[in-house]
Amino acid sequence: MASVTYENVSKIFNGEVVAVKDFNIEIKDKEFMVFVGPSGCGKTTTLRMLAGLDKITEGDIYIGDRRVNDVRPKDRDVAMVFQSYALYPHMTVYQNIAFGLELRDVPDDEIKERVQEAAEKLGIPELLDRKPRALSGGQRQRVALGRAIVRDPAVFLLDEPLSNLDAKLRVEARAMLQRLHQDLEATFMYVTHDQVEAMTMGQRIAVLNAGELQQVDEPQTLYDEPNNLFVAGFIGSPSMNFFDSELVEDGEDLYIDTGPFRIQVPDEKVEAWKEAVGKEVVMGIRPEDLHDPGYIPPDIVPDRVKAEVDIIELLGDERDLYLRAGDHEFLARVDPRSEIEAGETIEIVFAAANMHLFDAETEQAIR
Amino acid sequence: MNKEKLVKFLTSLPVHITLIVLSFLWTLPTLGLFINSLRPEDAAKTTGWWTVFQTPFDFTQLTLGNYISVLTEQGMGEAFINSLTISIPATTIPILAAAFAAYAFSWMEFPGRQIIFVSVVGLLVVPLQMALIPILRIYSATGLTGSFLGIWLAHTGFGLPLAIYLLRNFIGALPRELFESAFLDGASHLTAFFRIAMPLSVPAIASLITFQFLWVWNDLLVALVFLGGTPDVAPVTVKVSNLVNSVGEGWHLLTAAAFVSLALPLLVFLFLQRYFVKGLLAGSVKG
Repeated sequence: MASVTYENVSKIFNGEVVAVKDFNIEIKDKEFMVFVGPSGCGKTTTLRMLAGLDKITEGDIYIGDRRVNDVRPKDRDVAMVFQSYALYPHMTVYQNIAFGLELRDVPDDEIKERVQEAAEKLGIPELLDRKPRALSGGQRQRVALGRAIVRDPAVFLLDEPLSNLDAKLRVEARAMLQRLHQDLEATFMYVTHDQVEAMTMGQRIAVLNAGELQQVDEPQTLYDEPNNLFVAGFIGSPSMNFFDSELVEDGEDLYIDTGPFRIQVPDEKVEAWKEAVGKEVVMGIRPEDLHDPGYIPPDIVPDRVKAEVDIIELLGDERDLYLRAGDHEFLARVDPRSEIEAGETIEIVFAAANMHLFDAETEQAIR
Repeated sequence: MNKEKLVKFLTSLPVHITLIVLSFLWTLPTLGLFINSLRPEDAAKTTGWWTVFQTPFDFTQLTLGNYISVLTEQGMGEAFINSLTISIPATTIPILAAAFAAYAFSWMEFPGRQIIFVSVVGLLVVPLQMALIPILRIYSATGLTGSFLGIWLAHTGFGLPLAIYLLRNFIGALPRELFESAFLDGASHLTAFFRIAMPLSVPAIASLITFQFLWVWNDLLVALVFLGGTPDVAPVTVKVSNLVNSVGEGWHLLTAAAFVSLALPLLVFLFLQRYFVKGLLAGSVKG
């Protein structure tokens, strides 16, 4: 039973720099939780407080039912994989993995067995006699993982473990980590700044910004229903287009007036958005919800907007159009069969039902 | 030899020639001493050492007699043992203590850490001579004068600030994650010190050993002040300086004694220099 609970946790460095502010979250037993946010958002500090490497300024952290604020790192039953791997350079891979067991007085033959088992799980049994300097980046990363899994801890803490790998290895390592999570049946806490890693691996994702928790949800929910402007802009690649606009009422209908163009609010949202009439709002729409007029998916309510095409990027499976309407610049990800050329003026199609609306002042979603 | 190599050879030629000339000039006096230490008394006193090269293959003009004489009759053998008895503890004690201190200053949190460190380093500016009289008075009161323990402690005290300073810079520069990882693995500070910090500090410790050993071995002042000149405790430096007085004209003996005294530091240096390797941290952090 190793759930993890943060209760009103704050971290203030040197009495002035607030790294984490009033952080509350409950991570379930055996969950794969990802902390994501831009650099300096406090996600690593959050993890380090759980490991016991940084002191908690305020609040409590529980592992299971045990309050761990004053428990020493080694007694917390957590293992951490560092971004830099932190392998002991003077020890062989075997010694690196065995170190933690040795210090806990595990009998020699059991150590041997467990190290071997961990090495096989990670596919590195032939590297056990090597020193870290004779390993490639991917191999070092596996050794760092091996050092964590061999101790069979209740909670795994992973601090950007893939950021030093090249793109191809990273994809493989992602799959490997997920397999490990299924095998080990332990709680994983994974810190990353890469929202693709977060979306692909997390069962739930906590988005952090400037030391504050923005939203915790399953990946699809985060993508479909972002709580605020920050989450909306951070999750999804390429990121959401935003239009500073005003919500206006015209007879029975609501319109979002961005200046150069207006879009009618779809019927199902009128009720919810009515309260914001007259306010400064920000309308958000994802590039994948903008379509080439020649290839409109059948199930959307199309709304057409005149826009100029600046640049086109071909990605093979899709086409990115950089568009301009008035002083708004935005991106559309359209069907790869699209024959639109740069310089043309087109009528880009908005899937209006997938629009998001945010209060321009509070930056919170209006729902 | 192709053209490129030839050009490279020619451009670096002046550098090589300069280096060779400099090292030749630098070692010439030592070579002279060494040759004289192998010549019989008469020859050493009447002719220059370079005269051996007139008949380079006549080995009968060389003798080991001087060495045998200084080691036995002149008591250099005993002095050599004394020097070892002084130098080995007077090297290991301060360096071990300094390593402990350097680790604590780097990786342990305690109040006043910075201030204590600064004051220790500040002690570097105090000249050793200033401490001689006060320490000697304490030693007389406690009966430590003339004992090996006394001189070990004195050398430890004089050597510590520099050793702490150098090791603190080295150990403090080791990657933080290594220690954090060790603590999560279950290591105490003592384990982290012996299993992580010490093995990774070998290059720094090796150079410190060399320096401290050379300093203690070549020290005359501290030895004279705290040990006195009695033959049962006198190290080689005291012995050699006594020889200058007693056999001042006996060059053949002085040169041999000098070579006896510098043989060991030379060995220490040659042995330890292979540890002055870079890249001991390779593979630890970053890809």
